[in-house]
Amino acid sequence: MTPSEFVQQLVNALSLGSIYALLALGLSMVYGVMGMLNFAYGELVTITGYAMLAATYLGAPFVVVALVGILAAGVASVLMELIAFRPLRNASFVSLLFTSFAVAQLIQGAFRQAVSVRARGVPVPDLLGNAIQIGSVRISVLSIITAAIGAVSLAALTLFLRRSRAGLSMRAASQDFTTARLMGVRANGVISLAFLISGLLAGIAGVLWMARTTSVNPTTGFVPVIEAFIASVIGGLGNLRGAVFGGFFLGALEVFLQATLPGSLLPYTQAAALLVVVGILYVRPQGLFGQKVEAI
Amino acid sequence: MTDRSVTDPLLAVDGLTVGYGSVLALRDVSLEVAAGEIVAALGPNGAGKTTLLRTLAGALKPRSGSVRFDGSSIVGMGPESVVRRGIALIPEGRHVFPKLTVQENLTIGGITRSDREELRADAQRWLERFPILGERSGQLAGTLSGGEQQQLAIARALMSRPRMLLLDEPSLGLGPIFVDRIFELVVELRDAGTTILLVEQNVHRALAIADRAYVLSVGSVVASGPTESLVEGELERSYLGIGQPG
Repeated sequence: MTPSEFVQQLVNALSLGSIYALLALGLSMVYGVMGMLNFAYGELVTITGYAMLAATYLGAPFVVVALVGILAAGVASVLMELIAFRPLRNASFVSLLFTSFAVAQLIQGAFRQAVSVRARGVPVPDLLGNAIQIGSVRISVLSIITAAIGAVSLAALTLFLRRSRAGLSMRAASQDFTTARLMGVRANGVISLAFLISGLLAGIAGVLWMARTTSVNPTTGFVPVIEAFIASVIGGLGNLRGAVFGGFFLGALEVFLQATLPGSLLPYTQAAALLVVVGILYVRPQGLFGQKVEAI
Repeated sequence: MTDRSVTDPLLAVDGLTVGYGSVLALRDVSLEVAAGEIVAALGPNGAGKTTLLRTLAGALKPRSGSVRFDGSSIVGMGPESVVRRGIALIPEGRHVFPKLTVQENLTIGGITRSDREELRADAQRWLERFPILGERSGQLAGTLSGGEQQQLAIARALMSRPRMLLLDEPSLGLGPIFVDRIFELVVELRDAGTTILLVEQNVHRALAIADRAYVLSVGSVVASGPTESLVEGELERSYLGIGQPG
């Protein structure tokens, strides 16, 4: 790999990594506060895609389309908790897990019935397909924008968690939920907030995902939720710093395996990446950052 | 067995029964705490003292019985509502938030209040009252010693400006110097107008500061009265589990 190729791949890794980091953060945030794995999380990406599609048909400019996509995921996430998970608040981990599978199936079924089984194109501005040349390095505009949006989102989230009273309440609740309630942190409020942030993160990642894949179908959410799960497990489930690290690690792993594996092995990139992950978990089953549930 | 009924109590518990699965942790417990009192709840391990405090704070739901605070029922409320009524629990084992700083722990303690200026002043006051916390206000609470964490747990609970404080085993695992400080503080708080229900294993220390005491044994109140009238014999019987007085 030449140095300029390396720089190109590095930008690609940062770009893919920031999508994974956002996805993993959203999944980990809910796990940290509630101890539940929401496998309907991927459907939030699907919902983002269809919401973008709808906004495009209504003639909205792309910035508005993107915002509609993000908001749709945020609202859907809060509603998901309110309708499906709140009645099972103190149920076991497995009950909640299966409920989230059911929610995922319902949403997929709804899109199959209401729209189509087939993929629909999500139009994105031509600009995103361009590349800029810096010396001998060619970098795609989409990669730069993705990495930048990822960085801004992470900074905003960190600021929120560190500086605001609501953010502080969330951190306290993820460390010791009962004691946080004894202090006056409202259980329903903090859980709704966790789902809202989780949904907004999925929405931002979803818009970036749509910009890469430019299409949406009822099962679009499957790959994102798996990647989010793997990334957060690498970092240590429920640990937000770990989720971010796991996201970037997984992104870099996939990009560099893609770039270095011989052509005949390329179809096995995902499998190779997963083997590395299995190796990490063999040595550190709790993930790289994990002890138990904790936040930033 | 002596009893003195309190006229117009701040906290009135009547016939409280709490269970975990098929096991009853509290059986038909009744007690009263008047405003401005220190009342101790004593008894051996497993007597139900922690269950009592957690139920009063809303963290456990009772099977039956009533809890009235300042005249209105608080039974069935969640902990986040009970603390808004003016009851703060300092849980056994302190439960400070280990990954939050000392300052952030205090901020969470005042999360029910919205008077920002006063909150800042209160936090400052506690950091001055406990200089060791003041020195470490930016440090993670998990790095403090047990005694320092207990001081933080108390200061954190007081940030909500409670009318009544439920203290669960505040001296547990602390050295004698810290125990002295904690008990001095409890008296100081009572003198400043906070009503206190204290659960303690350290019977003699608790009786030395309490106005009245209830003795619990396997989930029931077996003796109660002003501390001076509680004869040692009753206490010992309940601790050793010999016979059931009353």
